[in-house]
Amino acid sequence: MSEFFAMGGHGFYIWVSYAVTALLMMIEVIAVIRGKRTVEKRLTRLARTLSRPE
Amino acid sequence: MALKDSIAWYHFSAPKNFYPLAGKVIPWFWGLTIALLLVGLYLSFFVAPTDYKQGESYRIIYIHVPAAWMSMLIYLVMAIYAIIGLAWKVRLADMMASALAPTGAMFTFLALWTGAFWGKPTWGTYWVWDARLTSELILLFLYIGFISLQSAIDDPRRAAKASGLLAIVGVINLPIIYFSVQWWNTLHQGASVSPTMAPKMATIMLTTMLIMTFAFWMYTIVIVLMRVRRIILERERQTSWVMELFGAEASGEKDEKGERK
Repeated sequence: MSEFFAMGGHGFYIWVSYAVTALLMMIEVIAVIRGKRTVEKRLTRLARTLSRPE
Repeated sequence: MALKDSIAWYHFSAPKNFYPLAGKVIPWFWGLTIALLLVGLYLSFFVAPTDYKQGESYRIIYIHVPAAWMSMLIYLVMAIYAIIGLAWKVRLADMMASALAPTGAMFTFLALWTGAFWGKPTWGTYWVWDARLTSELILLFLYIGFISLQSAIDDPRRAAKASGLLAIVGVINLPIIYFSVQWWNTLHQGASVSPTMAPKMATIMLTTMLIMTFAFWMYTIVIVLMRVRRIILERERQTSWVMELFGAEASGEKDEKGERK
């Protein structure tokens, strides 16, 4: 097991590469989902004010 | 192209029709992304053998090469959308170009980052100013320039025009990146896989690299479709279809732009 993570002495370089790749992708997914939710909330409020009779 | 197809293209180039279509296909592309990633990662670490020259550190290429390919492919697609947007005034094309840029920038950064962490154990340095690395860095600046131009200009149409021009001019950098290893004597190795030659690597290594590339490709489609849906809502918020989508009552009082008469 520890041999697997050591990767013949190159573990640091390999895991930093893979970890940063995974991290950035996850951040991107979360950011896109949150961004869309924010817009959706704003539009729901806007739609409510539009359909309210004056 | 058959008439039926061109009608479909025309139909789905309207943000109103593209929005629900994108929403429908996103889960399928998620499934593909996750399946390909699982297989690709399994092959990368448990099946592909140790490289006889580079040892284990070569396993970084299974994310490095796909990220680098995607960084160029996304730029090309972005520039094509920019041309369509500028030439035919297709709003959805402008939106697609905007949606592609952040993911393209991310893959460019990842290509540079993973390249640095491959270079250290292999070449003994994180960075050299060689033609391949420098032109890839310029690609990152092109993406950043595109994104900054868009956020600096308030009017979406003018923003699309300015950033679209930048994207189109920047295409010149793509052949420079691609052929840099042939044109200049670079520290970066030549292509191991090219359309004109038999690949210079073991079949299992090539298969793994291609599966990881498809995984990144499907990921890009998912994230870009999700992002373009947000952009559509933002830019079309004044239209009645968006307002109806969010529960406003359909009414004849509003004109096409959703403004009250």
